[in-house]
Amino acid sequence: MIDNHILAPVFVQLFTAIAQLMFWRKTVTQRFLSVGGSIIGLLVAIRLFSRTQSEGILTMNAANWDAPFGIVFVADTLSVTLVLLTSIAGVAVSIFSSVSLSRQRMLYGYFPIFHFLIMGLYGAFLTGDIFNLYVYFEVIIISSFVLMTLGGRKAQLEGAVKYMAMNILASMFFLTGIGILYGITGSLNMADVAMKIQLVQNKTLVGITSCFFIIGFGIKSAVFPLYYWLPSSYHTPPSAVAATFGGLLTKVGIYAMIRVLSLIFIPDDFTKTLLMVIAVLTIVTGAFGALIKTNVRRLFSYLIVCHIGFMVGGIAMFTKVALMGTVFYLIHDIVVKTTMFLIAGLIRQLRGTLEMEKLGGLYRDYPKVSLLIAVVLFSLVGIPPLSGFWPKIFLFQDSFSQQQYFFAAALLFGSFVTLFVIARMWSKVFWKNPPEEENVEDRFAPMQPYKKLLMLLPIAFLCGVTLYIGLNAEAIVNVTDKISNQLIDNSSYIKAVLGEKTN
Amino acid sequence: MELLLVIVIGLLYSGGVYLILRRSMVKLLLGIMLLGNGTNILIFLLGKITKGSPPVINEAYKVFQDIYADPIPQALILTAIVISFALTSFAIVLLKRVYALVDSDDLDDLNTPEEEEL
Repeated sequence: MIDNHILAPVFVQLFTAIAQLMFWRKTVTQRFLSVGGSIIGLLVAIRLFSRTQSEGILTMNAANWDAPFGIVFVADTLSVTLVLLTSIAGVAVSIFSSVSLSRQRMLYGYFPIFHFLIMGLYGAFLTGDIFNLYVYFEVIIISSFVLMTLGGRKAQLEGAVKYMAMNILASMFFLTGIGILYGITGSLNMADVAMKIQLVQNKTLVGITSCFFIIGFGIKSAVFPLYYWLPSSYHTPPSAVAATFGGLLTKVGIYAMIRVLSLIFIPDDFTKTLLMVIAVLTIVTGAFGALIKTNVRRLFSYLIVCHIGFMVGGIAMFTKVALMGTVFYLIHDIVVKTTMFLIAGLIRQLRGTLEMEKLGGLYRDYPKVSLLIAVVLFSLVGIPPLSGFWPKIFLFQDSFSQQQYFFAAALLFGSFVTLFVIARMWSKVFWKNPPEEENVEDRFAPMQPYKKLLMLLPIAFLCGVTLYIGLNAEAIVNVTDKISNQLIDNSSYIKAVLGEKTN
Repeated sequence: MELLLVIVIGLLYSGGVYLILRRSMVKLLLGIMLLGNGTNILIFLLGKITKGSPPVINEAYKVFQDIYADPIPQALILTAIVISFALTSFAIVLLKRVYALVDSDDLDDLNTPEEEEL
């Protein structure tokens, strides 16, 4: 079904960014435009989501070129679910950053770049053309470079060098992969490639090509040997930026991996084993990294790495149940990781530091805020009935039925370490008495009441979303069930893109 | 022609990887640029090089009768060149700023344990 509605989320963000560029240095107008644009984006995404639920996969051929020849945009359930979650995170981050960021950063174009970043994310989720996916990846990384360096402090720039080098390298791998893929199939449309790659005789070449994609997406999603750029850069930018990065950017890598592996390079035994080894090592190294960190945001950065392993493991098993677990975890992770970095920003605002040794007594001073944060942390750890619990059931269940005992052990270990480090963080930051000699710099108390409210609102909003995912798990399971059906049997995707003529 | 391109691609990739593995920031930048160019030529090569037959359909026929030069790789390379141009210019400015702040070209010196700002 041809539909222009698919591109609406992309255009909303694009026009928001352009409108903000017209109000250069007028930060108040930019803030209103940003929140307004994000909310419109959310409404459009909700509408798109409900339409794909009722009408099936929607496609749109750019400039009305027939499917394999032009660029095609596809909205299947996985894409629109991620678009919806990106919009939710986008609204929260946009509200949070309009009160928490310094005016200096806003003057140099924080908001337009933020909306270009969200536009890139939408585009990457919705495109059905592999080269177009590369272009949207570049939109994402160039925007993220600017967001990361905006402010120009020394630590920030140093983190940005590592981030930039690894991300450009990932793009090179991805582009090389696309080049070879075009050489062996002669097409760029993902559905068309999926058909043609089955006819290629030289299976070794196909395997090597898939390695290029796995390495490229692996760097982006920060899996084991390629993850070290993440913990050394994600603690440097402001928390609002880190929330966007931590919640969304690594997940694009996972999305691309799911998409490419389910459509083009259906995993064989070698790929499955490779991904499984990567997943186990990612969980273990991420967990060990989290154990030794004393800075809240560095701790969260390592937890991102650890939890990426859960999703890669689900992809590695590549069964319906495992993919349900992966997609459910992806949904949970986007919401919770965004919230966690927003919480880090809030703690920083309350106490002026993120070193656990210098923090303490937050529960005594702000009991209600602490309880709000506790809900999110419980959800991250996976206390039933909150959202982190359900995907792990699927992953456990399938790791036993597939006899992947190493993965089951790593999953247990990762979950346990998460529980441990979060409990330690809770006791040090919220329960422990604050060290006496430190003079606490509370920038939260002197804020005007509406600003305080605006700072807590996004966290409360995302907390509500987490609760909804956890308590209404049946609805989410239905969506993930639909998604994993579409992923395991990709013929519905191919049919929606290429039409009936292929079969 | 193909053989020459294969050798050039190999040289660009190996030179790029070698430079990236060095500790200097400038060499890192040069390595990334070499890799980018290597990738572009790779796409060009894999699109099959055909000389002297433009992708124009003869008026007498409705479809191509002969092999023709594929225009798509060139469009892809053009896009990739523009993108890598933007990325490279950003990288140059970033590395210049870092050099001014750190006063060193060595990647191992980029480890300021600074407490972050909000």
